[in-house]
Amino acid sequence: MSTVAPPRPPSARNPRPGREAPDRPRRRLSAGGAVLSTLGLLLALVWLVPVLWALATSLKPEAETTSVPPQWFGSEVTTGAYRAVVENSQLLRWFVNSTLTTLAVTAGVLLLCSLAAFGFSRMDFRGRRWLYALVVAGILVPPQVLIIPLFRQLGSLGLIDTYWAVILPQLVAPAIVFILKNFFDAIPREYEEAAEVDGASPFRVYWNIVVPMSLPVLTAVGIFTFITTWNNFLLPFIVTTDPDLMTLPVGLAAAQGSFQLLYAQVMALALLAGLPLLIVYVLFQRQVIRGVGSAGIKG
Amino acid sequence: MTTTTAPARPAADSPRRTGEARAGRRPVTGLLFVAPFLLVFAVFLVWPTVAGLVATFYNGSLAGGAGEFLGLGNWREVLDDPAVWTSLRNTALFTVLSVPPLVLLGLGMALLAHRSRRLGWFLRFSFFAPFVLPATVVSLIWVWLYQPDLGLLNGYVTQLGGSAVPWLSSTDLAMVSVVVTTVWWTVGFNFLLYLAALQQIPKELYEAAELDAATPFQQLRHVTLPQLRATTGLIVVLQLLSSLRVFDQIYLMTIGGPNFVTRPILQYVYEQGFTSFRTGYASAVSYVLFAIILIVAVFQLRLTNRGQKVS
Repeated sequence: MSTVAPPRPPSARNPRPGREAPDRPRRRLSAGGAVLSTLGLLLALVWLVPVLWALATSLKPEAETTSVPPQWFGSEVTTGAYRAVVENSQLLRWFVNSTLTTLAVTAGVLLLCSLAAFGFSRMDFRGRRWLYALVVAGILVPPQVLIIPLFRQLGSLGLIDTYWAVILPQLVAPAIVFILKNFFDAIPREYEEAAEVDGASPFRVYWNIVVPMSLPVLTAVGIFTFITTWNNFLLPFIVTTDPDLMTLPVGLAAAQGSFQLLYAQVMALALLAGLPLLIVYVLFQRQVIRGVGSAGIKG
Repeated sequence: MTTTTAPARPAADSPRRTGEARAGRRPVTGLLFVAPFLLVFAVFLVWPTVAGLVATFYNGSLAGGAGEFLGLGNWREVLDDPAVWTSLRNTALFTVLSVPPLVLLGLGMALLAHRSRRLGWFLRFSFFAPFVLPATVVSLIWVWLYQPDLGLLNGYVTQLGGSAVPWLSSTDLAMVSVVVTTVWWTVGFNFLLYLAALQQIPKELYEAAELDAATPFQQLRHVTLPQLRATTGLIVVLQLLSSLRVFDQIYLMTIGGPNFVTRPILQYVYEQGFTSFRTGYASAVSYVLFAIILIVAVFQLRLTNRGQKVS
C-alpha cells in the first residue's frame, strides 16, 4: 500500500473479530470466571469430537471400525484407508476441478463486482440509478429458487457439463456490489481529483487508487466468496453429471455409495475432502474470521 | 462563467471541467465499468427469474420447449398438492427448531470466546472450523456418528444403559437429528458475527458500569445485551433466510426420509424438476418458497438499511 494513509473503512461493518480484544477490563480470577473458562473449554472440545472421531475411524484398520462398543483407538495406526481412497476415487481430479472453478469465481467476482461498484460509485451514465436499484433488488433473489430456469438457461446455452456452468452463475453477486459501492463511496475524492488533473483515465483511478485503498475489504470479500463457492453444492450438483467435471463436494456425494460399509475409507474420503479448506482456515484464521465477519451482510 | 477565455483552451467546449461536462464525456466509459457485471446479472439472475415465473403458466419439461399454456393450472395444483404442504411444514419445522439454538448458542459461544484470553484462539478455531467443511463431508461424518449399531453416539447411549436410538430412521427423531447436525455445522457463522459485535462495544460503558459496582451478570444484562440488539436482529433474519432454503444436508443425510418427514420444500422442487421433469410445476412450487423468502428478505433490507444509506 502506498504512503498515502488509506481511508478508514466504515467501521461498523468492518469488525475485526480475529483480534484479541484489548478493550475489556482485566478480570480478576474468580470462581465464576473459572467456571466459565471451563465451560468454554469443554464446549470447544465437544465441538471437535465429530471431526476427531472421523479422524480416529480413518486411521484404524478397516476390520476394527465395526467394534461394539466403539473404540477410539484401534490396535494400530494405519494410513491404509487414505491410500485406498486416493487410488480408488477421483479425489485428485475433483480437487483440481474445485480449485479451478473456485479460483475463477473468486477472481471473477472480485473483478466484475469492484468494476461495477466503481462505476456506480464514481461514474455518470444514463440509467445509473435504476440499474443500481435493479442490482440491489437482485440481492433479494435466492439463487436456490432459480435452479429450474437456470438449468434450462444453461442448457439452451449448451453449457451443461462444462466448467462454465459451475462458474458463470456464481459470478452474480449483487450483495458484493452493494458492499463494495458503500465502501468506495466512503473513500474521499481528493486523491482521484489530483490524479484526474494529471490526466489519469477513470480506469487508472480505479486500478491505481481505489483498488489499492480497498485491499482489506476486497480480501475479506474474496475469502468469503472462496469459502462459499468451494462448498456450494446445489448448483454443481445439478449442472454436472460427468464425474470428470464434478467439484469435490459433488464428487464425494456421488462416490460415497461405492465405499459403503468401508467406514475407515469413507471417513478418510470425508477428511481428505474437508482438508483443503481446513488448512486454509488454520493458516489464515485471522483473515478468514475477519472476512466472514465483514461479509456477513451477504445472505 | 467567462466564455471569453474558452477559445484559448485546447479541446474545451466548456470552460471548466464541471460535473456536467464530465457526465457528457463519460456516458460510455461509465457503462463499460458496469457492463460485464450487468451482463452476467441479466443472463443468470434477471432472465431466470422472469423465465421461471413465465414457466409456472406452462407444462414445460426439462429438455426444453415451453410446453402448452396451462394458465393457472400449476398454481391450482400447488394449492391442492399435499406434498407441497407437508414439505412446507417440514421447512417451517426445521426453521423453528434450528433458528433459536443457532442464535442463542452463537451468542453464548461469542461471550465465552470474547472473555477468554489464553484460550481465545482455541475457542475461535473450534467453534468456526465446521463452517468451512462442505455439506457432503459434514453429512458423511454425522451419518457415521448417528449409525444405529456402530455409531459413537449410540455407543455412549448403550454404555450408559440406554437402548440404541434410531437417530435418523425414526420419524419422531430424524428432524431433530438433522437440526443438531446443522447447528454444529453452521453456528460458527453467527458466533463470528456476535464476536465482531462484542468487540465494537465501547469499553467506556464497562468502565462506567464497574464504577457503579455492577456485577459481571449485571454488566451482561444492562450493557452487553442491549448493545447487541441490532446484531441480533440481523442474525435472526439472516438465519431465517438460510434455514428456509435448507436442502444440502437433509438431502445428503436422509434424502428427505424417513417417510418424507424431513423433506424440505426445496427438495420437492428438485424432485419435481429433475426426477419427474415437470419444470412448469416445479417452478410454481419454487415461487411459493420465493414469495416466503421475499417477505423475510424485504424485512431484512429494511433492517440493514437503518444502519447504512443507499445512495
